[in-house]
Amino acid sequence: MTSTSVPTDVPAEPGPAPTRPMPLPAPRGPVGEALVRLLTGADRGTAALHAAVDAAVAAPPASWLEDDDVQHALLCLYELHYRGLAGVDDAWEWDVDLLRVRTTLEGLVEAELRTRVPVPDCGDRTRTGVAARLFRLTEEDDSPSLSRWVARRATEDQVRELLVQKSVYQLKEADPHTWAVPRLGGRAKAALVEIQADEYGGGDPERMHHALFASSLRGLGLDDTYGRYVDHVPAATLASSNVMSLFGLQRRLRGATVGHLAAFEMTSSLPNRLYGNGLRRLGHDDEATTWYFDEHVAADAVHEQIAARDLAGNLAEEEPALVDDVLWGAAVCLAVEGWAGARTIARWEAGESSLRLPL
Amino acid sequence: MSQEPHPTDVTNDTGAPAYRASRTPAPRASLTFCPDGPVLVRGDVDLRDEDGRPVDKPRPTVALCRCGGSAIKPWCDGTHKVNGYRSLD
Ligand code: FES
Repeated sequence: MTSTSVPTDVPAEPGPAPTRPMPLPAPRGPVGEALVRLLTGADRGTAALHAAVDAAVAAPPASWLEDDDVQHALLCLYELHYRGLAGVDDAWEWDVDLLRVRTTLEGLVEAELRTRVPVPDCGDRTRTGVAARLFRLTEEDDSPSLSRWVARRATEDQVRELLVQKSVYQLKEADPHTWAVPRLGGRAKAALVEIQADEYGGGDPERMHHALFASSLRGLGLDDTYGRYVDHVPAATLASSNVMSLFGLQRRLRGATVGHLAAFEMTSSLPNRLYGNGLRRLGHDDEATTWYFDEHVAADAVHEQIAARDLAGNLAEEEPALVDDVLWGAAVCLAVEGWAGARTIARWEAGESSLRLPL
Repeated sequence: MSQEPHPTDVTNDTGAPAYRASRTPAPRASLTFCPDGPVLVRGDVDLRDEDGRPVDKPRPTVALCRCGGSAIKPWCDGTHKVNGYRSLD
């Protein structure tokens, strides 16, 4: 292979599309600027990055989860562990200086989550007790419903925005929770693998859920390139993806990963039916566009049972010390998804776009 | 422990076993009754509609609706959570 310097403003990389790294997302503040300069070789040392992080820590915003600069930086740091960033050396993944920065930023986010999201109480900490508590938790969730809006009211532009917002996570759907597989054992591990195998299409690349989502994007005339719309979405959307990586990449938070996945699966079937209905209402009734949503109605009705009872419930019995984290991870999932959804609805109610950049 | 050759054992050109087919029988199909929810069906089962036509099982584990409310019967679509279904099992 000829070695040429990779211009960082050109996202296209060689290789088949499904394995291409993410185009480097544009920085949103001083931390991101210093990080991107470092990753692209414009800065030699990490002094500027550490200084920018120290300055951010010294002047905290109202919410780190809504802080564009920090959420962008975290997304880039996490992406080094997934498919990498275009034009960035893969060796940065385990650079100790970057890991130190990531730990600092993660500490801010986790501390805010621990303050804002209490651990749900749970008297019966058996397998069935924890499963029942998870079902109750998801049933009591009263976040404003994005799916109902889409089913009844969304315009064509809003549905396109919805897919753009979802694309940040959905093009790597299942990957953050898969980090937990080697960290579990016994029945909980088997249950996680059973769910994830289905997420990855049971061995058929065309049925992988993120491939189905890519097909929906194309059906709406959108670009299915991995990471294509990261620059378009607000911090709250980056945060919902980053929280999964925060949990997934740390063994100590494996209980939270399990709870997060359970809550995600348990709040999926009914909303996906509504999303599918919204698409059909707008005339998108071809299977390539709606398959993703219809597939999730049936798949997640299976997954939610496995996730609550066999995964979370068994983990509660196999590692009782993790019960609080399982429940907290589920509550965090509902809260973070709820905040991002509420923000989108508020923009739409005001007649505005939910995106930072026009499509 | 010597065993009779299994019909699906593979031998190399010296006749020595190169690969021995598993003697473990395929796991039996199982039905799991989820409280206030569907029946999970795992394993190799012959699903038929009322006219005896085979029903394709779209994934290795499927959830059969037993609340009667699903819009995608025979599969569960989560409706049991909003229609007050109680399985009483
Ligand atoms: S049992 Fe789930 S919809 Fe009927």
